[in-house]
Amino acid sequence: MEEQLRRLESWGRYPVAHSEVRDLHWRDADPFARLTQHALPYGLGRSYGDSCLDDGGVLLATRGLDRFLSFDATTGVLRCEAGVSLEEVIALTLPRGWLPRVLPGTKHVTVGGAIANDVHGKNHHRAGTFGAHVRALELVRSDGSRRVCSREQRPELFAATVGGLGLTGLVTWAELQLRRVEGPFIAVEAVDVPDLDHFFQLSAESDARFEYTVAWVDCLARGRRVGRGVFFRGDHSATPAGEPGPRRGRRTVPFDLPAAALNRLTVSAFNFVYYRRNRRRRPREEHLDRFFFPLDGVERWNRIYGQRGLLQFQCVIPPAAAPEAIRDLLARVASAGQGSSLAVLKTFGDLPSPGLLSFPRKGVTLALDFANRGPRTFELVRQLYAVARQAGGAFYPAKDAVMSPEDFAASYPRLAELERHLDPACSSSFWRRVRQGHPYQASLPLPPTPAPEVTP
Amino acid sequence: MKRVLVLGATSAIAEATARLHAERGDALFLVARNAARLSAVADDLAVRGAGRVEAFVADLNDLSHHAELLDAAEAALGGPPDVALLAYGTLGTPVLLDRDPDAAVELLNTNLVSPVALLTLVASRLERAGRGTIVGISSVAGERGRGGNAVYGASKAGFTAFLSGLRARLWRAGVHVLTVKPGLVDTPMTAHMVKGRLFAPAGAVAQGIVAAVDRQADVVYLPWFWRAVMFAVRALPERIFKQLRF
Repeated sequence: MEEQLRRLESWGRYPVAHSEVRDLHWRDADPFARLTQHALPYGLGRSYGDSCLDDGGVLLATRGLDRFLSFDATTGVLRCEAGVSLEEVIALTLPRGWLPRVLPGTKHVTVGGAIANDVHGKNHHRAGTFGAHVRALELVRSDGSRRVCSREQRPELFAATVGGLGLTGLVTWAELQLRRVEGPFIAVEAVDVPDLDHFFQLSAESDARFEYTVAWVDCLARGRRVGRGVFFRGDHSATPAGEPGPRRGRRTVPFDLPAAALNRLTVSAFNFVYYRRNRRRRPREEHLDRFFFPLDGVERWNRIYGQRGLLQFQCVIPPAAAPEAIRDLLARVASAGQGSSLAVLKTFGDLPSPGLLSFPRKGVTLALDFANRGPRTFELVRQLYAVARQAGGAFYPAKDAVMSPEDFAASYPRLAELERHLDPACSSSFWRRVRQGHPYQASLPLPPTPAPEVTP
Repeated sequence: MKRVLVLGATSAIAEATARLHAERGDALFLVARNAARLSAVADDLAVRGAGRVEAFVADLNDLSHHAELLDAAEAALGGPPDVALLAYGTLGTPVLLDRDPDAAVELLNTNLVSPVALLTLVASRLERAGRGTIVGISSVAGERGRGGNAVYGASKAGFTAFLSGLRARLWRAGVHVLTVKPGLVDTPMTAHMVKGRLFAPAGAVAQGIVAAVDRQADVVYLPWFWRAVMFAVRALPERIFKQLRF
């Protein structure tokens, strides 16, 4: 029943929260009716830390709000409910020659979630954030009001809601401006990056010429080789969609791997092979699924980190400080020997982000993940926070489970403006942690006690 | 392009089924009670590619609307429907149903009286046309009365029997009748239940329905394993069955 608590994990599987879940189905209904607890809109739960969780509260699950309102195939303006996933958007619009202007690393996120986290993609230097292409949205607040917000109409509330982590109310529908594409393929080049200096050179040169740029980094490379990796850059190709081939079978990780599966040896073996294979790869055309969402090919890939899950870390460092700070961060990860294979570097452009709490800003962003091995992983991540903070860096709530209230406040100078627009009924585990100081202690990450699963 | 009539179009199973028809480009005539929700469903189906979408607001428990809405459907679709899907129903509140005869009558009106009245009219129109498929959403709950919800089970047992009789009467005329028996489905109707592994998403049930219509099946359990479950449930002697709490 609704009053029963469900055990919920975010994609990082740490921390775990217990909440009631209220499934929403109709956008005309009042999502906040008869609430006695704080609440948080919840989409597909793909945030890594606790920004999509509300321990002890009520999750307003939006996946039942999955209808389209309108789509104009001549202008590329799509209006849909907040629980529609990007996968569903693409399935509808790609055959008609349109695609969202900004795509994050997974298509298993809802439109509402993409707005609430103001997500970014490999074309940030050209297109800015997801929110930059939201034309309007409707926000329901716990006082029962419904407000359509856009850059023209209630611009402050719009700026608070884009990137607002679901704390300003529930988005029921949003209107997106899509971009034209001629087909589903991306022409991709892979370029060898022998060290970090080359990354900065390549990035500067490529961002001017390519729509999409991103670098994979071998986070175990040390010494002179720090920053070694492969730089991917691409543009939409004019090749039209062929006959739909045999559907790529979806693989899944059927169970939690033992925590020891990801160790220095397996990660370095993977990185070695991945680097050799890709650095001399010839340019080719890739289906956009493969280019944008390589990890979506494996369902539940977060299980390879074992039951204790993973910690994500993503910061952006201002351009002047970036070369030194990124080198320092990568060197620390390499010498701790804890990094996993999913390390990504990208230069953000200088397009302003629309949200008061938008993460992307001019600079270089580094994303890393670490299998959660308890205190020593937390210790390393804390060190990374300190280094990035010293360099004037900012941190990404969607990928965070450990930042301190001070880290958060330093990252978001417009916090006070946002707080004027919070919905009093909304809260999240993340929010209580970074605003009211309920930090997760290093002593906390014990193996999760297997809570009794609630079944009928 | 098929002509599809959806009765109870805001039900989750109906909406999911209508989406599959919309993606095929079919023409849809939708009937439901709540105007705002019906138009939300209709707009969505139009975006998904339906050849045509018409919405008709009516409370189907008011039997006097039935003939009028079928006329409107034929006019809008340009002929009698190729598929008529009847998908409305209510689970009721068991504690209330145990004590309140009015609640029981109301449930029977929604789940049995109105569907029988409406499908009687649909049947004669299709019989005249000599083709078409009637799809009725009944339930596995109609196979045996449970202590947990006797009235709901009775309504679905009655509806299943009606559909079976209708099928026997109409098949000579070239009209097909499909009885759908879903098990536990994750929809607003079951929002109060804790969802275990037995719950199927409405989309999966919808795919089963469309496939069963395409292959002209008579009775389909969705998901399939309920056929085996219900075989076992039917086989239990009443002496034992009455002692089970569910």
